[in-house]
Amino acid sequence: MRIPLAAAIGLFFTALYFLAAIFAPLLAPYGYAEVVSTGYWDPPSAEFLLGTDGIGRDLLSRMIYGGRTTIFVATAATILSFTTGSVLGFLAAVAGGWVDQLLSRFVDLLMSIPSLIFALVVLSVMPVTLPVLVLVMGLLDSTRVFRLSRAVAVDIEVMDYVEAARLRGEKTIWIIFREILPNALSPLVAEMGLRFIFMVLFVSTLSFLGLGIQPPQADWGGIVKENAEGIVYGIPAALMPAFAIATLAISVNLVADWVLNRTTSLKGGRG
Amino acid sequence: MPLIIKLLAQRIALGLILLFLVSGLIFAGTIILPGDVAQSILGQSATPEALANLRAELGLNEPALQRYLSWLGGLVQGDLGTALTSGRDIGESISQRLSNTLFLAFWAAIVAVPLAIFLGLLAVRFRERWPDKAISGVTLASISIPEFLIGYVLMFFFGVKLGWFYPTATAFRPDAALFDKLESIALPVATLTLVVLAHMMRMTRAAILNVMQSAYIETAELKGLNGLQVIVRHALPNAIAPIVNVVMLNLAYLVVGVVVIEVVFVYPGMGQYLVDSVSKRDVPVVQACGIIFAAVYIGMNMIADIVSILSNPRLRHPK
Repeated sequence: MRIPLAAAIGLFFTALYFLAAIFAPLLAPYGYAEVVSTGYWDPPSAEFLLGTDGIGRDLLSRMIYGGRTTIFVATAATILSFTTGSVLGFLAAVAGGWVDQLLSRFVDLLMSIPSLIFALVVLSVMPVTLPVLVLVMGLLDSTRVFRLSRAVAVDIEVMDYVEAARLRGEKTIWIIFREILPNALSPLVAEMGLRFIFMVLFVSTLSFLGLGIQPPQADWGGIVKENAEGIVYGIPAALMPAFAIATLAISVNLVADWVLNRTTSLKGGRG
Repeated sequence: MPLIIKLLAQRIALGLILLFLVSGLIFAGTIILPGDVAQSILGQSATPEALANLRAELGLNEPALQRYLSWLGGLVQGDLGTALTSGRDIGESISQRLSNTLFLAFWAAIVAVPLAIFLGLLAVRFRERWPDKAISGVTLASISIPEFLIGYVLMFFFGVKLGWFYPTATAFRPDAALFDKLESIALPVATLTLVVLAHMMRMTRAAILNVMQSAYIETAELKGLNGLQVIVRHALPNAIAPIVNVVMLNLAYLVVGVVVIEVVFVYPGMGQYLVDSVSKRDVPVVQACGIIFAAVYIGMNMIADIVSILSNPRLRHPK
């Protein structure tokens, strides 16, 4: 199997980010909450490769730990979003009737307001902890996965092999997991990349607004918030996550594009 | 009744029903916490008296449905309630902020819409050549960076390093002269423009390319019109409907962008009010802001659909 150059670059950097997230404690030169300098916003030096932040913590360490938090939260939310969204989407397609109507109309309702606004409403009464964040982001995003999986499953549902499974008396659970899921996997995997990026942007935005990951825990959105004051004095520390988020997003996009192209060409051009 | 009126009435009714259901959803969103809202607002160290007071103030001793109905009743009459933290009337605090937010979004739209359509046309004219590729590259970059970081990047380079514009919108005064107001919001407008530009441009490009495959475009090409004329005279008019639809959807998206951008540039609008109130756990204000943002969003989507119905006769004859 030949991998195109763009996809290879994407895979390489995506893997790099995930490895850095997993091995953050080994890679980071200092602790994420460790105050290592008496000055604030020290410029980059041999000791602190990216300089220090507003209260004298090493920025490189905070970026590495921040990537860990951001990537872990986004991954957890993506997994939740996919399990909930795809199971319910397949169920709606297979069961049809009132189940489909109920689920689809509820998803329409949830999608009629921007997810950031609804997340803010919910977070105004919820304690802002990691499980709550993952839950809110994952469930809100599962609406999109629901729509996609339902659409894909509706196409598969009319296939002869599903009909055959029905006739030999298989239960709905079997049809969902043994007939629909294996055939719907490739479009879902491509979508997973895009949802993951969206989750990275979502959790960064919430943290930037002060409603996501709480200090002293590091995360990319929070690093922007903590160092935003420096911007007006011409200190670019707050811009560092922009580079990290953008390279991660572009890499994952390249991989997702490749997966999508592969699956559509395998299926004979079905978009 | 003519079919078109019926379709429009149906779409408007759907919008209103949606808004009503969303009000329920927003209200439910603030009471879904399994524990006690008062406890989570005041924290673990709160005294029992303070908790009891807050519960009474929030009306937590009454059943949820009754609270919802009285909240909805107030909403319909334009009474948004009072803020917990300041004790002020929410409607009063919101009206000035809402007009500030609309001012910002309006100017962002004025800049972004023509620019997006122009660049979309350019991408089609030079498709698969460098202007098209450059435009899609910029597009990919801009959807890969969160809005607030685009804001800070612009603030850093154009506000601080080059000093061309005010770095923040703190100089904004609602009663200043128009030019002064525009000067103080130059960077937030630029940021919002970049946020919606990419998507609008891509969809414009796709809409025109779709029309470009028609037989009459080939005819136009064969009779010797040059590329730009084909696009402007033949492709664009037929692509107007999808483009207007995309524009409206993106203006709806501005609603979300504006929340974050206002925080970045310290702009006294609805978005900042909402975010402040969420961190202060001022639930009535959050509910009021939430429903207003939702109403704007639903309204924009409704207008997008209405424009499609009006401009595309095919939609009027459902099979």
